[in-house]
Amino acid sequence: MTSSAPAIRLAGAALAFGERSLWGDLTLEVAPGEFLAVLGPNGSGKTSLLKVLLGLQALSSGTVEVCGRNPRRGSSLVGYIPQQRSFDRDLPLRGRDLVRLGLDGHRWGVGLPHPGSRAVVAGVIEAVGAARYADRPIGVLSGGEQQRLRIAQALLGDPQVLLCDEPLLSLDLQHQQAITALIDQRRRDADTAVVFVSHEVNPILPMIDRVLYLVGGRWAVGTPDEVMTSERLSNLYGTEVDVFRVHGRIVVIGAPDAAHGEHGGEHHHPDVAELL
Amino acid sequence: MGLWDYLGQPFAQHALLAGTLVAITSGIIGPFVVTRKMAFAVHGTAELSFTGAAAGLVIAADAVAGALLGSLVVATAIGVLGVRERERDSAIGVILAFGLGAGVYLLSLYHGFATEATNILFGQIFGVSNGQLLLLLGVATGVLLAMAVLYRPLLFASVDPELAEARGVRLRLVGVLFLYVLALTVTEAAQIVGTLLVLSLAITPAAAAQRLSARPAVVTGLSVLFAVLACDGGLLASLQSNTIKASVFVTTFSFAIYVLARVAGGALRLGAPRSRPQLWRRHKAS
Repeated sequence: MTSSAPAIRLAGAALAFGERSLWGDLTLEVAPGEFLAVLGPNGSGKTSLLKVLLGLQALSSGTVEVCGRNPRRGSSLVGYIPQQRSFDRDLPLRGRDLVRLGLDGHRWGVGLPHPGSRAVVAGVIEAVGAARYADRPIGVLSGGEQQRLRIAQALLGDPQVLLCDEPLLSLDLQHQQAITALIDQRRRDADTAVVFVSHEVNPILPMIDRVLYLVGGRWAVGTPDEVMTSERLSNLYGTEVDVFRVHGRIVVIGAPDAAHGEHGGEHHHPDVAELL
Repeated sequence: MGLWDYLGQPFAQHALLAGTLVAITSGIIGPFVVTRKMAFAVHGTAELSFTGAAAGLVIAADAVAGALLGSLVVATAIGVLGVRERERDSAIGVILAFGLGAGVYLLSLYHGFATEATNILFGQIFGVSNGQLLLLLGVATGVLLAMAVLYRPLLFASVDPELAEARGVRLRLVGVLFLYVLALTVTEAAQIVGTLLVLSLAITPAAAAQRLSARPAVVTGLSVLFAVLACDGGLLASLQSNTIKASVFVTTFSFAIYVLARVAGGALRLGAPRSRPQLWRRHKAS
């Protein structure tokens, strides 16, 4: 594979669950080192897109390639950073153990200590600056510390694609910046393509090369300046949406919470909430 | 007779061997039971071994074989009805209620209701025959082998299911296999300490171990150690007593270990350097 070959290629891709179509006719290439933000309301199929790229979910139609191959679950070409979740405080697992599971936790067997593996794990922990607390129980670490370890875990296989599913959720601003900086650094250092699912655009705005905006089966792709406009978003949502730029931040007003009028739109659109 | 005289007797030797086997297997599954929040599954399968044992008695006059086979049926039923984790506990409740009703009916068909019922519910550790011991050895070996194969993906699936799935762990397969291992282990334990007291070997030692370490391997080791101490210690103590059943000692020792572990764990945490407030070092992209 040459460096110009796309890291991700979707052609005419569609995903539907029964009657409900999440998105269709999606054609998109993500280049190595590119930072693609996937935005859109709840239920628009952002996470499902990641599942497709992880090989956990088959497309309804169309084709998908990751690094020139069909996505395969457990592929080391792909690193995955999930949402921060709370671990029980007394979960018997150290940060280091969590990272280690990312290396060989999917294999059958007991997993005896191995100096080579230990060095690899220590290496990625060092690389994300988590060495200081890697031996503490995962449940007592802060959200930001846990997410650093997640990044370490995702970097284990030296992936060419990083898939991030709202990794900033429930982190405070300072930690959000630190985590995005780490991800950004990785893609610059190693030319890793980043697909970053988020419901907030502002924390990652400086890193974004292109936005994929999904709304109720429709989508738009382009640079933030191209996509995050009143006209494009009004078009996508099918209702009047205003997009303002305020002090380098993007504020979206009037966008419905959830696609398809789905219930459970309990989260206010964060960009709107900021104005209240 | 003194303790040493008892230890020369086959019934006491059988009991200690059986107890040790049960304790090792229970101690190994314990940390996963705690992490996966499956205490009710343990309780349910333990009580349902009563039904299996009753069926075994009625059909073939063999309570142990009935209980072991019954446990596989129960694990399958839980696996089928409780596919989603949220449904699991209610599925177990549904199966448990029906199963116990069936067990009461089956035992009413069996002559000698009272003693057998007591044995099944509270254990019959000092009546372990050679044949039963061999069967237990077989089950324990199977459980240990299965856990040796399952250990890593099960740990991954238990602590971080989302990522485990993304890395290629078959969550459902691993979960169902563990359910069978759990059902066999619990049923085997129920023969020794009794249906009602299984939790003291399958959960309490693991819960105690968790207070003392955050390393998965150490927790598993301690859990096994605590289970063996409680079980064999309880058996030895009961040999000295004419009136108190072994299961009373086993549960008491198990609980005592838990209390001590909590106290010691609290002291460990107090002694450890408190985590500093977040001094976040920014890693700026170059």
